[in-house]
Amino acid sequence: MATVIVDGKEVQLPPDRQLNGIEAARLAGVEIPHYCWHPGLSVVASCRMCLVECGTRDPKTGQVRMMPKLVPACQTPARDGTVFITNSEKVRHARAFVQEALLMDHPIDCPICDKAGECYLQDYYFQHGQPRRRADLNPFHSRKRVLGPTVVLFVDRCIMCSRCVRFCREVAGTGELMVVQRGAKEEIDVFPNHPLENKLSGNVVELCPVGALADRDFLYKQRVWFLRSHPGICTGCSAGCNIWIDENQDRIYRLRARENPHVNRWWICDPGRYGFHHVHSPKRLVGFQLRKSPDSPAEELTWEQAREQILSWAQQASGAAAVLSPHLTVEEAYLLCTWMRQVDPKSLLVLGPVPRQGEDEHFPGGFTIRAEKCPNRRGVVEVLQHFGGLVGPWEENLGQLLSASPGLLWVSGGYKTDWISTAEAQQLRAAAQHLVLQDLFPSPLSQVADLVLPGAAFAEKSGSYVNHAGRLQWAPWAIRPPVGARPEGQVYWELLRRPGLYQPQEVLQELADQVVAFQAVVVPVPQTGIDLHLPLLAQQPAETRGTQA
Amino acid sequence: MAEFEPVLLANVGKQESWTRRVYEQNGGYQALRRVLKTMTPQEVVELVKASGLRGRGGAGFPTGVKWSFLPKDHPGPVYFCLNADESEPGTFNNRILMEHDPHQVLEGTIISAYATGASVVYIYLRYEYPLCLKRLQQAIDECYEAGYLGRDILGSGFSLDVYIHRGAAAYICGEETGLIESIEGKRAWPRIKPPFPAVQGVFGKPTVVNNVETVACVTHIAARGAEWFKSIGVPADPNNPRDAGSYGPKLYCLSGHVNRPGCYEAPLGITCRELIEHFGQGVWKGRRAKAAIPGGISMGLLTAQELDTPLDFSSLQKVGCLGLGTAAVVVMDETVRIIDYLYNSCRFFAHESCGQCTPCREGTAWALRIVDRIRRGRGRLVDLDILLEIGNTIGIIPGTTICGLADGAAWPLKNAITKFRQELEDFIRRTNPQGYMQSDPVPLELHTLEH
Repeated sequence: MATVIVDGKEVQLPPDRQLNGIEAARLAGVEIPHYCWHPGLSVVASCRMCLVECGTRDPKTGQVRMMPKLVPACQTPARDGTVFITNSEKVRHARAFVQEALLMDHPIDCPICDKAGECYLQDYYFQHGQPRRRADLNPFHSRKRVLGPTVVLFVDRCIMCSRCVRFCREVAGTGELMVVQRGAKEEIDVFPNHPLENKLSGNVVELCPVGALADRDFLYKQRVWFLRSHPGICTGCSAGCNIWIDENQDRIYRLRARENPHVNRWWICDPGRYGFHHVHSPKRLVGFQLRKSPDSPAEELTWEQAREQILSWAQQASGAAAVLSPHLTVEEAYLLCTWMRQVDPKSLLVLGPVPRQGEDEHFPGGFTIRAEKCPNRRGVVEVLQHFGGLVGPWEENLGQLLSASPGLLWVSGGYKTDWISTAEAQQLRAAAQHLVLQDLFPSPLSQVADLVLPGAAFAEKSGSYVNHAGRLQWAPWAIRPPVGARPEGQVYWELLRRPGLYQPQEVLQELADQVVAFQAVVVPVPQTGIDLHLPLLAQQPAETRGTQA
Repeated sequence: MAEFEPVLLANVGKQESWTRRVYEQNGGYQALRRVLKTMTPQEVVELVKASGLRGRGGAGFPTGVKWSFLPKDHPGPVYFCLNADESEPGTFNNRILMEHDPHQVLEGTIISAYATGASVVYIYLRYEYPLCLKRLQQAIDECYEAGYLGRDILGSGFSLDVYIHRGAAAYICGEETGLIESIEGKRAWPRIKPPFPAVQGVFGKPTVVNNVETVACVTHIAARGAEWFKSIGVPADPNNPRDAGSYGPKLYCLSGHVNRPGCYEAPLGITCRELIEHFGQGVWKGRRAKAAIPGGISMGLLTAQELDTPLDFSSLQKVGCLGLGTAAVVVMDETVRIIDYLYNSCRFFAHESCGQCTPCREGTAWALRIVDRIRRGRGRLVDLDILLEIGNTIGIIPGTTICGLADGAAWPLKNAITKFRQELEDFIRRTNPQGYMQSDPVPLELHTLEH
């Protein structure tokens, strides 16, 4: 077993991975400050913040021989017998010098800087800087340069760690950013007429350890110390990227990437990052709307009235059917199916339209934006297959629904974009006796449905999603849904007459016990998700059966 | 001192010394013919190792040892880079060689490429040397005509192509890995090591980078043997196993306040005073020397008392200098203010820092601002301590930077402040009688941002 010694403390190295000094020190609970190093980017060892003393311990004699000079921990591999000293006088002096040097030309405009509060320059200065400025005072200067549609550069705040430059070259593969000039006059810039415009550009803001790169979407919207971060799953496509949802008082201000080595590593795409604005759209459906006859105007109900209405329809109905949206969580899909089967044991359960857009987009850094623009087709399909539902293309399912002409048709939506045509809506309306719709936005179907139940958007509900690779991931709620909207799971829970509040974790446990595809699930779900090991054979037909919408 | 027959400069000054005709009339390319006919590459490496030749570019690394770091049996290609990006202030010996005797350089290059198994040579030529470009290209063309370059050189089966790559006027491109990055078409940010260039250099292939004067020496080692080379210079100290000795002839560049500045050839180990008195014919205008830069501006400073230090690879460290460097001696007479010397050196390094490592990028700029302020009469005594701290903190020797540029910036600071502290303190007291004791941060004047 390989051992490294960090500040006198011995730690075991994992056998499968080569660690550098920073990672090895983390194992020992020591945080080595660093700017330029990032696990997802190449090592340049240029910020010199992670300088440590390093040596080797002779395996036979146990004698330690230290190197005379400081070495950057990011560039130094941790091997058996490597000794790191991270808190000696020499190391502390080097860190303080780097901090002092970085602040030489920095405008120190923290009060008007978006990064203040989560800025490494601030944090490290308090931890490793020196109490007093020795450098001459600068006249205040803060130049701003728009790099592209999503990012703006505050030139003078930059510490030249070159993370953003490397990201654009190595991960996005577009290489828009570069370093111009030399020495202390160095700046980050783009070529004229070649702005920073790629689908991963927002990541450079997150990578920036200081306030140099700012997100134009987030700029001056909120001080970061007012934000609370909740773990979440991006529902923009079937990749299932892990995100942080930063909100204040039930309003989302930004999404950030959350590291998951199995899914998105450290990155998320721009469509995902800026794809939360629909949550706060004024167009969202709110209030439970009952339409008594096709021509009469809709009247507003309380949830209790709506529930009684549904239950009475369900009692009278001759045959029931449900359309399950691939935006539903696994738990919601399971509850809906369960309830439909209670209403009518022969009820027809079908998969809703699966939105696709173009082709999968692959980036050189291993990141992929999926063409399938919904988070949970695979999860819903697995649940449907358990219940013997139809998982074929939407056109087929629609035909089956129309020929079944159910007494009660339940349609779940949740799409961000238009998902159903007026003709399809009319057909469905005509086929069903009672039509209940759960959705986020007005659509041709919401114009004609008997009862419209506004649903919850992705950050507003807890539940799990199964991504394109069959990994089940758990997303707790981050904000409360607007008044007059009710999370789908809560609706089904109450229709099933289960007591109290909707408990998705309970439902997931039930799923794990009853549905074969989910037998690998453990509750609570680990942070990086669970690979369901869905058999490849099952994956094949499901993929080809995906609907073009 | 004993008379020394110049070797490297033997052809310099002859009529049309840069042509192949003149070079061959004086015995040129005989060594190359013999090497290709009678020696294996490994034997050439051993020969150069045995000669004790150390790199003339500044660091003084043994050349043969460097060559032997190349991986054996590499499928290739292996690249040989000739570092002609001579940009250390005060240095012009490569220029003399390339302008007046380019064939000597090329012959050494071909022999070195043969020894290292390289199939392509890149000559990284400093942008400011247009005449070198002309003469070198001419010489390369002549070599192709004569069959010294190209496919199957002189029937030996060894093929070699030589390309001149012109730099874009950056000091950092003279750094081994900065040069490699630049040849690859990238920004010349020196690379982190390992991997070393011998393993992964230009385009990820094994690469050797040697100075122009080094390969010129290889020509003569191949012609006259290792014993001859070892008979010149200062032998290694037998009591110090780490001393590799200082063998062979060396081109000394003498400039500054001397009567006869120029590029002179002498055996390694000549003292600075000998150089000034014998070759430079003394300090100009009958004045006395106050100080001298021993080997290019980055090597530090010799005081008048230290002028008897031998200019070889090991003696200069003993008087606190960084090393021999490029052996470019710049003499300052007694009228020079040390603060002006410091200002020039700081301005140079702040301008030339590549900007990769924080301590160098900000440290050199910081030092320049302080020195400039002192020079403008707003210095404080505490500034000298800050400057000394910058000098002690930045560089590859304390380990805070990737390449040695910062050491070059640090040594003038350290040497000037430790060796001339009294003068600097007097200057600060005299020019800033009100504020010299203060220590609060000084508001920066706008004009100093203009550098």
